[in-house]
Amino acid sequence: MTEFATISPKRMAMRRFLSHKAAVGSCVLLSIMVLAVILAPISARYGVNESVRKPPNTFLPPQKLAWFGTDDIGRDLYSRLIYGIRVSLIIGLFTAVISTVIGCVVGAVAGFRGGRFDDIVMRVTDLFLAFPFLVALLVIRNTLGSIGWLIAIIGDKSSVRFIVFLLSFFGWMGVARIVRGQVLALKEREFIEAARAVGATRRYIVRRHLLPNSIGPIMVALSFAVVGAITAESTLAFFGYGPQAGDGATSLGILVGAAKGAVQTGYWWIAVFPCFALVLISLAINFIGDALRDATDPRLDRGE
Amino acid sequence: MSELVLSIRDLRVTFDTPLGPLEAVRGVDLDVHAGEMMGVVGESGSGKSVTFLAAMGLLPHQAKVSGSVMLNGQEMLGASNKVLRNMRGGLMSMIFQDPLSALNPVHRVGDQIVEMLKAHQQKMSDKDAAKRAVELLDIVGIPQASERAHQYPHEFSGGMRQRVVIAIAIANNPKVLIADEPTTALDVTVQAQILEVIERVQKSFGTAVVLITHDLGVIARVADRVNVMYAGCNVEKGGVESLFDHPSHPYTRGLLASLPHEGVERLTPITGFPPNMLMPPPGCGFAPRCSHVTDACLASLPSLRTFSDLETACIRAEELVVKAGLS
Amino acid sequence: MLRFTIRRLAWAVPTLLLVTFLVYVALRLGTDPLQSYLRTNPRASKEKIEQYKSVNGLSSNYVLGYFHWLKNFVTFNWPRSIKGSREVWPELKDAMANTIRLGTFATVVGVSIGLLVGMFAALKPGSRRDVAVNTGAFLGVSIPPYITAVLFQLVFAVYWSRWFGKTLFPTSGVYPPGHTGFNLVLMLKHMALPMMVVAIQVIATYSRYMRSSLLDVMNSDFMRTARSKGISERQVLLKHGVRNALIPVVTIAALDIGSIIGGLIISENIFAYPGMGLYFLDSFTNGDFPLLMPWMVLVVASTLMFNLIADVSYAFLDPRIRLD
Repeated sequence: MTEFATISPKRMAMRRFLSHKAAVGSCVLLSIMVLAVILAPISARYGVNESVRKPPNTFLPPQKLAWFGTDDIGRDLYSRLIYGIRVSLIIGLFTAVISTVIGCVVGAVAGFRGGRFDDIVMRVTDLFLAFPFLVALLVIRNTLGSIGWLIAIIGDKSSVRFIVFLLSFFGWMGVARIVRGQVLALKEREFIEAARAVGATRRYIVRRHLLPNSIGPIMVALSFAVVGAITAESTLAFFGYGPQAGDGATSLGILVGAAKGAVQTGYWWIAVFPCFALVLISLAINFIGDALRDATDPRLDRGE
Repeated sequence: MSELVLSIRDLRVTFDTPLGPLEAVRGVDLDVHAGEMMGVVGESGSGKSVTFLAAMGLLPHQAKVSGSVMLNGQEMLGASNKVLRNMRGGLMSMIFQDPLSALNPVHRVGDQIVEMLKAHQQKMSDKDAAKRAVELLDIVGIPQASERAHQYPHEFSGGMRQRVVIAIAIANNPKVLIADEPTTALDVTVQAQILEVIERVQKSFGTAVVLITHDLGVIARVADRVNVMYAGCNVEKGGVESLFDHPSHPYTRGLLASLPHEGVERLTPITGFPPNMLMPPPGCGFAPRCSHVTDACLASLPSLRTFSDLETACIRAEELVVKAGLS
Repeated sequence: MLRFTIRRLAWAVPTLLLVTFLVYVALRLGTDPLQSYLRTNPRASKEKIEQYKSVNGLSSNYVLGYFHWLKNFVTFNWPRSIKGSREVWPELKDAMANTIRLGTFATVVGVSIGLLVGMFAALKPGSRRDVAVNTGAFLGVSIPPYITAVLFQLVFAVYWSRWFGKTLFPTSGVYPPGHTGFNLVLMLKHMALPMMVVAIQVIATYSRYMRSSLLDVMNSDFMRTARSKGISERQVLLKHGVRNALIPVVTIAALDIGSIIGGLIISENIFAYPGMGLYFLDSFTNGDFPLLMPWMVLVVASTLMFNLIADVSYAFLDPRIRLD
């Protein structure tokens, strides 16, 4: 007698995810990084603003004293990188979460109700997404940073809080489109019709049927939102508009920004290590996002 | 018997899947004569579609095909690309279940017919091809054919689309038309119309038609001969009246018995499930579900043999006739 | 089709007005035009200040001020830059020309290569070349363009001359300093690096789109029908496969122009290429309202135009959505 083993969809998705070696490796890598970053005072060898030793201490190449070399005022690049990654990861995570929450709500409502609201949301996001990102970012940054009462709530232009707010201002749009697409696709399915036939309210349907079935695309959107936020933050910092907390605090973006000057001077470690870290993190999260997308929406005939 | 146009011998198809080899077709023999309507019945997973996809050479490269497929006396399996392309759409055509996805959404319907014509009649001029396309649409019963030839597939209803698909398939007057569940995706009323179109085409062009379906009602209506498939094998073959009157294989009997008919209050389905073709049972494919199973049935895969005016794969055919009191 | 286009065009005009109004408000709040002017021209007379305010529509009521500015804009009565009273149009025109040259070149090269590479990969999914293309594209998408730009600068500006003794591709400007007149070879040489940076981004993005779209199409039923017609494999691929695969790619493409422009801005900044990107960054840092507003109008208009092109080409390529 033949038997049919049953596996829940979640399990199947998990299995598919785990079969992507690059994604699994990325998870491991990111976990190590997050751990290192959380345990900052221990894992970093020096403080974020601490000189490696008494002068001469500037622009030292990588050595035992400073694994990644030192910067223009003698601080250990390795330690600063750890602290910098921490800031960037925090910005990335918070931005992504806020963007996703807003995006889910707007996207679900737009997709489900359709009509005028949907049209407007679509046109607005269309325009924003088509407009050159950097320009919009800089302009909105300045605009928001000039509104008095807003500053009181979210801090001034150079604070981490502000940057999170700014990036979320843009971030939700991509998520909303993805969620809307998913809702549109699900809306026509029979189980929604069935729910309606039983008298479920619209809000209930969204909450209990549409959103749980959209977890896959939402998770994918979330991961890409994180990468997007980290990249955006680094781009801002590269041009000098990044977070500038005092006490020499730094972010990954700021460290990468210093790479600009290092090119001419030949202090390669100032450029290489931060850029490498940024690329690694982007790659890792992209791999995970890609694998998530494949795990939750498999295309069986990809020959992979 | 009229001449043989398609002759399949010992066809085996195995798919290379991540979970192991899947034996979809396990030794099928089949003959199609000129101008006849051959019905192929089976449930999903019986291998009925795969058999003919293999004959057309339309299976993906993960499929391992062995055996022989002779079309008009020429061997198709392993033939060169040129021969295969010649065959497809020229000597043998196939139509599929879902007409909407079978038609290219961005090409006009007339153009899709012209493409078929010019692929096999290169000497035909564009004008003539366009004219012929309109004629074909007319033959399959599309009203205002000359205007509708300029329309796109989405502007047609389901039944109309399937007619277009048929028009494309018969454009080059093929010897064999394989219709893979042509009515399954359509409304019941439209089903009858499409069957009528197929019949009409068969009679006027003398095309042999292989009608693949899981619907016995369709078979009863139009088929001349029937081929019953289960778990990748032929289990019974014969003329349609003989088969319906005195089926010899328990599976066929089960199929007929499970049809709703007058005087029956409760439906009697066949108990159990079709086998997993990744690990097919060693003996008769139907044995696990058969109420007349013996050890001999489970031992080895039986082959088709003649039994009165049918061919059957049941080793107990004679006994079961006696038991049931049928003659 | 025509009605479709006209309707879309009709919507574009009010949208343009609305968006430029929002831009006007944003810039006034964000860059404080008056302050910037005073900062750059600390000894300006009262009349000059009033004139500046009037020509730029900087009255205290934003709506009125906007319409004031709009009137001046459409009558080509454009205010001059706060720095040295330069005329806006000549500079804007040059910047536009430079960027269009660079952008078109990069886009054409990038899109053609990207589409071809995507096709190449999709034809044999899972094969080694598919994996190679995928990995390459992935890297291209994950590495922010300014890093590639800096990398190129490193290699070509610093190390190349060190290793080979002479510069292959210059890393700044449109022409060598002091050059006058038109010289195609020099121009191409100077464009090479920024173009490559943007082209890499474009190739990476489009190869992924095309590959994914083509794979989807390859598994559609109508491909099977096409094969069952006995036409050549090449015809199946091009007439049926690619033709249908292009539809989603084209629509995304027109909307994607924004990110290409974004990459251009970064490239221009790093390679000191005097195009729209550099123009924007410079005038933005200075808070130069008279320079900024025309730039914004131009960019907003082109964004809307590309959106429109996307919509129209989608309708053109896919007859299913031509219903009005």
